[in-house]
Amino acid sequence: MPALIDMIDQGRKIPHHRPWARAVVHSDVWRFAASQLAETHWLLLGLWGDTHAVHMALLEEGSTGIGVISLECADGRFPSVGQTHPPALRLERTIRDLFGLEPTAGPDPRPWLDHGWWGLRYPLGARVGHPIEGYSYDFLPSEGESLHQIAVGPVHAGIIEPGHFRFTANGETVVRLEERLGYVHKGIEGLMAGADLTMAARLAGRTSGDSTVAYGIAFARAAEAALDIAPPPRAVWLRALMAEIERLANHVGDIGAICNDAAFALMHAHCAILRERVLRAANECFGHRLMRDRALPGGVATDLEASGIACLRALVVEFRRRFPALVDLYDNTASLQDRTVGTGVLQPTLARQYACGGYVGRASGRNFDARRMPGYPPYDSLRFEVPLLEAGDVNARVWVRIREVEQSLSLIEQILNQLPGGPICADVARSGAGPREGVALVEGFRGDILIWLRLGGDGKVERCHLRDPSWFQWPLLEAAVEGNIVADFPLCNKSFNCSYSGHDL
Amino acid sequence: MRKIFFESLIHGTLTEAPPSPDQAALTELGASLSRVVRRRIGRSLAIRQIDAGSCNGCELEIHALNNAFYDVERFGLRFVASPRHADVLLVTGPVTKNMREALERTYRATPDPKWVVAVGDCAVDGGVFAGSYACVGAVSAVVPVDLHIRGCPPSPLQLLKGLLALLEPGAAVEKA
Ligand code: SF4
Repeated sequence: MPALIDMIDQGRKIPHHRPWARAVVHSDVWRFAASQLAETHWLLLGLWGDTHAVHMALLEEGSTGIGVISLECADGRFPSVGQTHPPALRLERTIRDLFGLEPTAGPDPRPWLDHGWWGLRYPLGARVGHPIEGYSYDFLPSEGESLHQIAVGPVHAGIIEPGHFRFTANGETVVRLEERLGYVHKGIEGLMAGADLTMAARLAGRTSGDSTVAYGIAFARAAEAALDIAPPPRAVWLRALMAEIERLANHVGDIGAICNDAAFALMHAHCAILRERVLRAANECFGHRLMRDRALPGGVATDLEASGIACLRALVVEFRRRFPALVDLYDNTASLQDRTVGTGVLQPTLARQYACGGYVGRASGRNFDARRMPGYPPYDSLRFEVPLLEAGDVNARVWVRIREVEQSLSLIEQILNQLPGGPICADVARSGAGPREGVALVEGFRGDILIWLRLGGDGKVERCHLRDPSWFQWPLLEAAVEGNIVADFPLCNKSFNCSYSGHDL
Repeated sequence: MRKIFFESLIHGTLTEAPPSPDQAALTELGASLSRVVRRRIGRSLAIRQIDAGSCNGCELEIHALNNAFYDVERFGLRFVASPRHADVLLVTGPVTKNMREALERTYRATPDPKWVVAVGDCAVDGGVFAGSYACVGAVSAVVPVDLHIRGCPPSPLQLLKGLLALLEPGAAVEKA
């Protein structure tokens, strides 16, 4: 079995692609990569379209190898990866919708993000000036005695994002769930093309609002890699500080919301208080409750004053005083455990096959955290554990979050103790001519976010692809729900908490 | 559970803590809001939120209205699960073309009299997503809007202020 790096060495290496190599390969190498994915020798980090080309980001575990391979599609086609590796299916359907590039022998000819309303087809490719004719969407058939279907959404009953769920049930038991997404497709990658770095960073920070810091960092890192510049040390540490604050807010909010979906409102009320305290602290320290537009290419926009440090120390103290009692409450409430233990089990083999990141992957035994591997500063100077469980049920996803809250508290303390001084932003003026490419993998609260960027000679974005962790979690929710009762779907769904906006782009 | 429950009882509500400027503004806002709501519709105000393509940031802050710090139910503001129960539609996002029909249908499913509030910079004019092939832009291009609340996202306090402005005589169009 050749190593990923050998395969990339065989192809035509692209200069100015950082920090990992990219090579243009032949279709037989592309097919070989697909077969390696099918056997889970390598894992799929991303698959996206470009003008007359497709790119695939691959991860080789163990050797810490990441690489991007590209295939030129002169005839508008590329060998389907989804044919042998299901995690690629929706990504391929998206490439067809956006670029008009056809996956040869692709098993699913249905559109994905294109619902027939855009007034044109292939918006990032040929821009054919009319929508799909006679648009219809067929859900997968289910056959069997006494099956019935329940259609839910796109508008749901709570304050949540829109998406459609088609349940096929036998009595109360879900036989099949099929998701239909794309309702909040905003055309972010289309808006990215031609945007300057400032505008592009704003767009990246609005891909999924709950992960605005993580997206900001990922975009900044991709841009800095492309331009080959380094942000000042203080900026790097402040970014990590904001990232951990964001993780804390989301995790504690989720823990409460999951319990709420098991009709245990007390946890929800107390967790919501803690979440609000985090947002207020963020506002006090960085001038925005969600810390939006704070991580920028070159550094960060806001410095942390001495009063901010005190505020965050007080927040950590408050958490340490309140949170353990809530964890006890969760652990000792039998009626709550009855709902979460054994519900919505995601098998570890599936989590690995889908390279599923974040708490969903880690609750099903997938030991992956982008802060560790590939790793990025300042996490190499910080001590933290990556909690790992095998059970894969709602309960495990709650516990991974609980442990990560504790880790984030410790990280915040360590960062405050070691925060270096100095400037917070470097000049992003580009040097050298010709296109430059950068890629970044950053651990958001939900999992690893991949951003790939090509800057043109004028410093504007030519192509930017943003891959939310939800791409590899949504399909697994379908698997985890199977065999559960319909009434447990909200609980399972909340325990995954996938992003609609991050996925739909 | 009992321990936490009783502790919360003993420690009193969070809103009674020494009022920070934020907190004082909130109490005042809430009180006037609940007066206005009672006068105008004689019961609590039912709100239905619709995400028409938001990045989910606006939803996070709308959610926060329900936490113990803001606790909008005490002012007679209630989030309901169906547009058929709603007086107010809170619409977020740059109205993606894929959500346009759902927004129109939800609007039609809401009984009169109804108010529409466009929440967030996206809902006002498309925000950073304006001009995309996939977005309509302003909510007002799809359904009549009574009030716009700016912000990215607007804070819970800004949302409360907005709702008050909506119901204050003169601030909004009489629709009943
Ligand atoms: S206004 Fe801002 S927070 Fe609200 S949906 Fe738009 S981008 Fe997101």
